[in-house]
Amino acid sequence: MTPDLHLWLIPVLPLIGAAINGFVGRRLTRQAIVTVAIAFCGASFAMALYVALRFSGLAIPHLETLAPWIRAGSFQADFAFYVDQLSLVMLLVVTGVGLLIHIYSIGYMWEEGGFYRFFCYLNLFMFFMLTLVLASNYLLMFIGWEGVGLASYLLIGFWFTKDSAASAGKKAFIVNRIGDFGFLIALFLMIKHFGTLNFDRVFQFAASMSVENATAGLLTAIGLLLMVGAAGKSAQIPLYVWLPDAMEGPTPVSALIHAATMVTAGVYMIARSHVIFERAPTALMVVAIIGTLTALFAATIGIAQTDIKKVLAYSTISQLGYMFLACGVAAFSAGIFHLMTHAFFKGLLFLAAGSVIHAVGGEQDMRKMGGLWRKIPWTWATMLIATCAIAGIPGLSGFFSKDEILWRAYQASWAYWLVGVVTAFLTSFYMFRLMYMTFAGEYRGVTSDHSIVQEQAPARSRPSAAQAHHGIHESPRVMLIPLAILAFLSIVGGWIGVPGSLGGSNRFDRFLGPVFRATAPAVKPQHAAPGETAPPEQTTEGLESHTGRGTELAFTGISVFAALLGLYLARLLYLRRPALPERIAAALNGLYAAVANKYYVDELYATLFVHPVVEGSKHILWHGMDQGVIDATLDNSADATRHVSDSLRHMQSGNLRSYAGWVAAGAAVVIAYMVWTGTR
Amino acid sequence: MSLAFQASQALPRGTDYLRILPELVLSIFGMIIMVLDPVVDQRRNQKALGTLALIGSLAAIASTLWQARAPGLAFWNMVQVDTFSVFFHFLITTITAVVILTSYEYMEVQQIRVGEYYALILFGAVGMCLMSSAVELVLIFIALEISSISTYILAGFRRRAAISSEASIKYFLLGSFATAFFLYGVALMFGATGSTSIPTIEQHLRSGSIPVLAYVAIALMFVGLGFKVAAAPFHVWTPDVYEGAPAPIVGFMSTAPKAAVFAVLLRIMFQIHAPGRLGLIWVAAALSMTLGNIGALVQQNVKRLLAYSSIAHAGYLLVAFAALPQNGIPSAMFYTASYAAMNIGAFAVVSHFGGAGERYVTLEDYSGLGRRSPVLAAALTLFLLSLIGIPITAGFFAKFYVFSAALQANLVGLVIIGVINSAVAAYYYLRVIVVVYMHDPRDESVLPAVPLELGAALAITALTTIYLGLLPGRVLDYASRSAGDLLH
Repeated sequence: MTPDLHLWLIPVLPLIGAAINGFVGRRLTRQAIVTVAIAFCGASFAMALYVALRFSGLAIPHLETLAPWIRAGSFQADFAFYVDQLSLVMLLVVTGVGLLIHIYSIGYMWEEGGFYRFFCYLNLFMFFMLTLVLASNYLLMFIGWEGVGLASYLLIGFWFTKDSAASAGKKAFIVNRIGDFGFLIALFLMIKHFGTLNFDRVFQFAASMSVENATAGLLTAIGLLLMVGAAGKSAQIPLYVWLPDAMEGPTPVSALIHAATMVTAGVYMIARSHVIFERAPTALMVVAIIGTLTALFAATIGIAQTDIKKVLAYSTISQLGYMFLACGVAAFSAGIFHLMTHAFFKGLLFLAAGSVIHAVGGEQDMRKMGGLWRKIPWTWATMLIATCAIAGIPGLSGFFSKDEILWRAYQASWAYWLVGVVTAFLTSFYMFRLMYMTFAGEYRGVTSDHSIVQEQAPARSRPSAAQAHHGIHESPRVMLIPLAILAFLSIVGGWIGVPGSLGGSNRFDRFLGPVFRATAPAVKPQHAAPGETAPPEQTTEGLESHTGRGTELAFTGISVFAALLGLYLARLLYLRRPALPERIAAALNGLYAAVANKYYVDELYATLFVHPVVEGSKHILWHGMDQGVIDATLDNSADATRHVSDSLRHMQSGNLRSYAGWVAAGAAVVIAYMVWTGTR
Repeated sequence: MSLAFQASQALPRGTDYLRILPELVLSIFGMIIMVLDPVVDQRRNQKALGTLALIGSLAAIASTLWQARAPGLAFWNMVQVDTFSVFFHFLITTITAVVILTSYEYMEVQQIRVGEYYALILFGAVGMCLMSSAVELVLIFIALEISSISTYILAGFRRRAAISSEASIKYFLLGSFATAFFLYGVALMFGATGSTSIPTIEQHLRSGSIPVLAYVAIALMFVGLGFKVAAAPFHVWTPDVYEGAPAPIVGFMSTAPKAAVFAVLLRIMFQIHAPGRLGLIWVAAALSMTLGNIGALVQQNVKRLLAYSSIAHAGYLLVAFAALPQNGIPSAMFYTASYAAMNIGAFAVVSHFGGAGERYVTLEDYSGLGRRSPVLAAALTLFLLSLIGIPITAGFFAKFYVFSAALQANLVGLVIIGVINSAVAAYYYLRVIVVVYMHDPRDESVLPAVPLELGAALAITALTTIYLGLLPGRVLDYASRSAGDLLH
C-alpha cells in the first residue's frame, strides 16, 4: 500500500489563491493580496518538497486517483495524478521558480493597477501548470496545457488597454491553437487505436509495438502530431512567432511563463511521450532537426535585436531548440537537465532585465542604456552570473547541461553538434553584447528630465511616475532576493549533472534513468548517422568507453572556446570599438536588415496566412456565408419558429375540455400505432 | 394480485418492514405533523412543522442508506430493494428535504397557513418512493395515486390566488383521466399475461408470441405515465398548472414525481422488454423536445417558460429510453438526478424572487437582477446554463450521456433532433440571462435578503449541479450498477 500524499493539493492550492484574489481581491489591501498569493504558492512548493522527501519511499510511478471523471464505454479518464522522477523534477522547478517569481512580482508590480488581477492570473497559471505536470493521462494534461495557454493569454494582455499588448495576447493564443490542433489529433489517434489516454496504458501499448524503422506508421504519426503541439507551446519553427510578441506582458510573466515554465511544457510532453518517440525514428529526427534549426535561427535574430527583452525572447527560443535537439537524439534526460538549468538562468535573466527596466524608468531599448553597472550593482552582478551560465562558461550550470546536449548530439550526428556549437558561439556573443550595451560604457539615455523619458519610452512596463522621478536606482530588496537565489542556483544547479569526463558521476541522468531507460526499445532508433549510435540501455558513462573520454574532453574544450570567442567578439565590438558594429551593419546591409527584421517571417506569415484568412473570412465567410446564408437561414427559421410557437399557443387555450381532448387524441394515436405494430 | 398470494406465508415478516423503512418513516412524520398541526401555536407552528418535516426527510435519507445494505424482496415479491430503488429513494428523499428548505420563506412571505402542507409533501414522497421499489403493477398504481393526490392538493395551496385553484382542479381532473388510462393498461396486461408482477410478465412475454393485447396495454400505460412526466402529446396541462401552483411545489413536482415515474417507465420499458417500445418512445421524445422548446420561445412568464422547458427535458430523457438498456438506464438515471438539481435550484430562485403573491414572475421583472442581487443572479445563471447543457454543469454530461447512448443504438435521427432542439433551447434560457445582466433594473428596491434555509437549498443544488458537471463518474458508476441489477 503506497502512502497517499494528497497530490491533488499541489495544483489546487494555487487555484484557491486565484479564487480568493479573483473574487474578493478587489476589496483587499495590497498586503492581503500578496499574502494570499504567496501563501498558496508557497504551500504548493512546500508540498512539492514534501513529495521529494517522501520520494524514495514511493513505488514509482506513484499514482493517485482523486476522482473518476469521464467514463464512456471502455474509455476512461480520471482526475488522477502521476509522480515519477520526471514529474518530480518539473514539480520542483515549477513551484520553486514560480514562488521566487511571485515574490519578485511584489516589488515589480506594487505600483500597478489591477494588482489583484495580476496575482490571481499568476496563481491560476500555477494551477494549470501543475495540473499539466502532474496529470496521469493526456486528457488531464491537455486541460493543463490549454489552461496555461489561457493564463498566458491573460497575462500577455495584462495591460489590455494597450493595443500592442492585446494583439500580442491574441497572437499567442491563435498560434498556440494551431499547435493544439495537432496535439488534439494525436490524442484522437491514441483513443482510436489504444482506446485510452492514460500514460501507463498508452505506453504499454506503444512499448509492445515494434520500432517503425523503415516504415512510418501510427507511432510516427502520433509523434509528429505531438511535435506540432509542442512546437506551438514551446515556440519552435514554424510556430515560434508568438513568443517575441509575448514580451508585451509584465516582465515577471516573461520570466515565469515565457522562459522558465510554460514554454518548456512542450519539452516535458515530448520527454513524457518518449516511449512513442523511441519507436518512431522519423518523428524523433524531425524533433532533432526542428530543434537544431530553431536554435540557430533564433540565435542569429538575437544578435541584431535592440530591445533587451526581445534579445532574451529569441534567446529563449534558441535554448528551447537545444532542448528539442536533446530530445530528438533520444537524450531526454539531457533535455530535461537543460530545461532545469535554463529555468534558473533564463528566469534570472528576465528578472534582472526587469530590474534594469525598472531602474531606468521603463526603457527597454539597450541603445539608450549603458554604464548602469555602477548604479545597479546587484542587478549587474546577478545578471552577469546568468549570462556566464547561458554562455557556457565552465563551472556554471548552463555549461554542464549544454555540454551534455552537444556531446549526445555529436553521437547522433556531427551536423547537429556543429550547428549546436555555432549556436553556442552566437549565444555567448549576443548575451555579452547585451551585457556590454546595458551595463558598460556611458549612459546613453536621457538623464536629467525624467518626464521626457516617460514620453519617449514606449512605457512598456509603465513605470510609476514616482519611480521615474527618483532617477536610476537599484530595485527594492524583495526583488533582489529572488535574483540572488536564482543566481546561486544558476551557479550550482549544474553540479548535480557533472559528466564522468569531468570527474563527476552525472547523478541527474541516473536519477531520471528509470523513466527513460525502462521502456526503451531493444534497438536504438536509426538516426542520421547510424554508425555512431549506441544502445540506449547504457548511461553516458557507458558511452564514454565507446568514444573515449579524451574525445569528450576535446569537445568540451571546443564549446568552451566558442563561448569565449563570443565573449571576446562582443567585448571587441561593443566595448573597445563601439563604432564598428554600425560599420559592419552598413557593409552587410541586406543581411543585417533581414536579421534585424527577424527574416521578415512575420511579414511572410501575414501575406501567406493571415491576410488571405482575414480577407477570405471577411468576404466569403462573413458577407457571403454568415450574413448571406447562415444569418438569413437563421433569421428566417427563427421567425418561422416563433411563428409556430405563437400558433402553438392556441393549442394552449386554457380550456379543460380541449386539454382532455388533446390527451384523448394522443392516446388514440398511440393505441392505434401499437395495435398496428402488434398485428404487423 | 391473486398470484402474489401464492407466496408461502400469510403474514409479512419483520424484514419486509425494513424494505419499506423510508416510506414508513415518511408516513409517521407526516402523521405526526397532521396531529400536531391543530395543537401547536398558530404563529410559531409554521417553522416548527417545517423543521419536523425536514427531520423526517433526513431520517428517510438515513434509512434509505441503511436499507441499501440489505437488498431483497418483500411483501410477497411486490417490493424490491436493490441499488436501483435505493438510487431513486435517495434522490426523492433528498429532493423532498431541499424543497422543504425552499418552502420556509415562501410560506411566510405568501402568508399561507402551513397546515398540512409539509405533511402532504411527505405523503407525496411516500408514494414516489414506493413507485421506485414496487415491482407489481397494482402496487405501482396505488403508489402513483398516493403521489398524485398529494400533488393535486399542493398545486392549489395558494388559496388566495384563483389561478392556483384553477391549476389544482385542472391537474386533478386531467390527472385522474390519465391515471385511468394507466389502470386500464394494467388490467389489459393482466389479461394478456395473467399476472401483474413485473418479473412474471417479463417471463411470459419472453416465452411465447406476444399478444396484441400486450401492445395495447403498454400503449395505455405509456399514456398514463407520459402524462405524469409531461411528455408530448400529453403535456398540455403543464404550463397552466406550473404557472398556478406555488413555486416550491413546482420545483417539487417537476422533479420528484417525474423521477419516480421515470423509474416505473424504466422498469416497464426495459425490465419487461416492452414490445413496440422503440417507435413509441421515438415519436414521444421527438415531439416533447420540439413542442417543449418551441413553446418556450415566446413565453414571458418565467414559470411558464420553465414549464415548457420541463416538457423539453422530459423529451431529452425519453431519448435514453429508446437506447439500449445497458446505456439507456444509467444515462436516464443520471439525467433525472441532474435535472432535479438544476430545476429545483431554478425554482428556488423563482420562489424567493416572486415576492408576496408571486408578483414578480415575468421576464421583465428579472431585468437587472444581476445588479440587485449578484448571488441570486449567479445561481440562476448557473442553473440556466446547466439546463442549456453547457460544460462543467450537470446538464452537459446529462445530455452527453443520453445522446451518446442513443448514438450507440444507432438512433442518429433522434440525436440530430435532440441537438437541434438544444440549440433552440439555448435561445430562451440565454434570454433570461441577458435580461438579468444586460437590462437596467425596472425596480431599484432592495431585495429581501436570502434566508439561511433557502441559501442552504441554493448551495446544495448549485454544488450538486457543479459536482455532477465536473465529476459525473461516481454517480454514473452507481447508475450503471443499478442498471445491471435491473436487467440481470
